[in-house]
Amino acid sequence: MKKTPFIDIHRNLGAKIIPFAGFQMPLEYSGIQDEHITVREKLGVFDVSHMGEIWVTGPKAMPFLQYVTSNDVSVLFDGKVQYSCLPNGRGGIVDDLLVYRLDEGKYLLVVNAYNTEKDFNWLCEQGKPFDLVVGEELLNASDRYGQLAVQGPLALKAMQKLTNISVVDMPYYMVKKISFAGIDDVIFSTTGYTGAGGCEIYMPAEKGPEIWQAVMNAGKEYGIKPIGLGARDTLRLEMGFCLYGNDIDDTTSPIEAGLDWITKFTDDKDFIDKDFLLKQKEEGTDKRLKGFIMIDRGIPRQHYNLVDVEGNRIGEVTSGSVSPMLKKGIGMGYLKKGFWKTGTEIFVEVRNKLLKAVIVNFPFYHPETDK
Amino acid sequence: MNIPDGLKYTKNHEWIRVEGDEAYVGITDFAQSELGDIVFVEIETEGETLDQGEAFGTIEAVKTVSDIFLPVSGKVLEINAILEEKPEIVNKDPYGEGWLIKIKVHDPAEVDALMDATAYQQMINA
Repeated sequence: MKKTPFIDIHRNLGAKIIPFAGFQMPLEYSGIQDEHITVREKLGVFDVSHMGEIWVTGPKAMPFLQYVTSNDVSVLFDGKVQYSCLPNGRGGIVDDLLVYRLDEGKYLLVVNAYNTEKDFNWLCEQGKPFDLVVGEELLNASDRYGQLAVQGPLALKAMQKLTNISVVDMPYYMVKKISFAGIDDVIFSTTGYTGAGGCEIYMPAEKGPEIWQAVMNAGKEYGIKPIGLGARDTLRLEMGFCLYGNDIDDTTSPIEAGLDWITKFTDDKDFIDKDFLLKQKEEGTDKRLKGFIMIDRGIPRQHYNLVDVEGNRIGEVTSGSVSPMLKKGIGMGYLKKGFWKTGTEIFVEVRNKLLKAVIVNFPFYHPETDK
Repeated sequence: MNIPDGLKYTKNHEWIRVEGDEAYVGITDFAQSELGDIVFVEIETEGETLDQGEAFGTIEAVKTVSDIFLPVSGKVLEINAILEEKPEIVNKDPYGEGWLIKIKVHDPAEVDALMDATAYQQMINA
């Protein structure tokens, strides 16, 4: 079992530790709901060092990424980050990821922990026609980095105390290499998977504990708390963000998953599965990932059946929980054609009972207006 | 971990407190701590007579769903009404206000055979 640079800190804080994607990770500290609300209202710090970091560099980097990712890499400029996915050549998804452009010919891919090896092998295979030198131009550097996500409306304000470079006014999805908490060459991006705003910070693994302490000290006056994987999951679900392994995988297409917005069919971009996905986009799909809120009292869980008013199976829950902000059961799942329109009433089979729910648009919770 | 004397315990982490031929049933401090934030308690067996070890309801935490089992055979007389609006009371006060059901005990010998506080402590330490 792998450990992140922060494992001793989690233990000392009394976190509940669980195995996750081959790592010992904190599930919760003060409680999932308390942590969730802290991130929505103030700020929290997450150890996300399990995420994979893969460098793609050199003159072939851009055309290679244009071919293996679904989004349009050509629109990236230095300091810009993009959400994307890796189509798998069979209409499914290898992984979803962030593509960072640090410099011309210098890209950082941040991938799901569980998929890091699979992704790297896939990229090495696809990189052959591009003559990318594995270990140099294509480099799995995951073990070298510690990563923290500091998320919440007060996150950037608090983190500004740790650097002379202006970060409070950084727009969403930007990246800078900065001196942070006295450590040089920290990668600082205004990204995250909570919908609460904030940043993600990549540092040399050995500097991790020092930076954790600095982050906690800087956030203290704003009420910072450590946040575990439990709240990370409820926060992303409340925004309708996909979790690989639950909502998307090797058998679901980006179009079916509602990821059309990161699948770009521009003329000068050829990419894996382009023709297949374009056909899906134009002709429609048989199923589509949608969100629903419970009307009856109950909590949808992964793999529960979704049925229509006559009891016919129309899909399955891929992610489900209770929304700590809405205090209602929320879920996502693939719905059969004819049942995914917003406002459609569906039923969730919970312990042999059919509980009513309604299809809604994402996000479930709007941080700016639902407060 | 709080394990009061005077209660009896099951391997499924329920407790039972006998008062005459009736008894209160709940989950232990250890159980609530393992479950995390409890968000929904569903018990629909009021008035039913159940066997020892039969599920009488379900507890939903944010991440998990768990059945809850009757420590001894008996009839479910009452469900704690507070749970409807405040399921989190089970986290805060599992042996007091967070009790789950009141039952009529059919066979006191079944109660005697359950673990006492010391035995339960040993079990969760093991």
